[in-house]
Amino acid sequence: MKKEWPLWEVFIRSQHGLAHRHVGSLHAPDAEMAILNARDVYTRRNEGVSIWVVRASDIAASSPGEKGPFFDPANSKVYRHPTFYDIPEELGHM
Amino acid sequence: MADHDALFEYLLRVGDNCLILGHRLSEWCGHAPALEEDLALSNVALDLIGQTQLWLGFAGDVEGRGRDADKLAYLRDAGEFRNVLLVEQPNGDFAQTLARQFYFDAWHYLLLRELAGSRDGRIAEIAAKAVKEVRYHLERSREWVIRLGDGTEESHRRMQDGLDDLWTYTGELFEVDDIEREIVARGIGPDPSVLREHWLELAHATVREATLTLPQPGWMQRGGKRGVHTEHLGFVLAELQFLQRAYPSATW
Repeated sequence: MKKEWPLWEVFIRSQHGLAHRHVGSLHAPDAEMAILNARDVYTRRNEGVSIWVVRASDIAASSPGEKGPFFDPANSKVYRHPTFYDIPEELGHM
Repeated sequence: MADHDALFEYLLRVGDNCLILGHRLSEWCGHAPALEEDLALSNVALDLIGQTQLWLGFAGDVEGRGRDADKLAYLRDAGEFRNVLLVEQPNGDFAQTLARQFYFDAWHYLLLRELAGSRDGRIAEIAAKAVKEVRYHLERSREWVIRLGDGTEESHRRMQDGLDDLWTYTGELFEVDDIEREIVARGIGPDPSVLREHWLELAHATVREATLTLPQPGWMQRGGKRGVHTEHLGFVLAELQFLQRAYPSATW
């Protein structure tokens, strides 16, 4: 039997309307306890209104070794930034 | 008995429960089975100490002899404490601590829910604030009882032992005496026998889910609410009060 509790990644939404942000990780025997633990470890100073937890082993990640081919091609595509539009005055700040 | 005497005694009972259990839980700080659990137990301990300040602060005002929450906490001897025997029992193993916590949280939650509607405005206010914290304490201890009970063979055995060993200390929570009767008559606090029904329902539902059992009702320990304590309270106070006793009025 495995003795260590699995690792969970914790995401917290600080206010209504903002996205959940990754804040760290912790150990817990299951999802419900992970949420309770996250409440005690990461929201003691009133940081959050919502908590997500996900098993660290369930996260699919891009490979660090392929960082170059994976991300470099986006470097030289300046036209992908939406900075070539004239915004009509009456729209104001977007 | 003068009106304020019953109220003072009642506030000591509610406040001393929080103080002694808060201290017991703080003994886990740095020793809990996992970092996450260390933080969680310390959080509960701090919640209870915070509630102690409110209850004993009010008790001091009611008494009117210039004793504030600190004086009441640090400068009374064991015989003047009014907490139930349950909360002064040693931590034991993790399951024992959780059995004590679950028994207490379930009662504490039901009590505070009623006190939030107290005819005494200050009691209602303190209870309304505390009940939110205690609802979480109960959720946590309840989840743990279920997980340990319905866990491995060893965790099941330890959890059942914890519930069995502390069972005789639960009767006192619902004990009715003259003070309690007067508090009920004045609309300040709930009838303990009504709390008992709800408490038993909650406890039975939880242990059922945990594949555990509750002992049969029977002979119960009593005395704490009248200041007759087990030998454990003296040791708790020795540690809790040492600084103020050795260096009176020390501050930092």
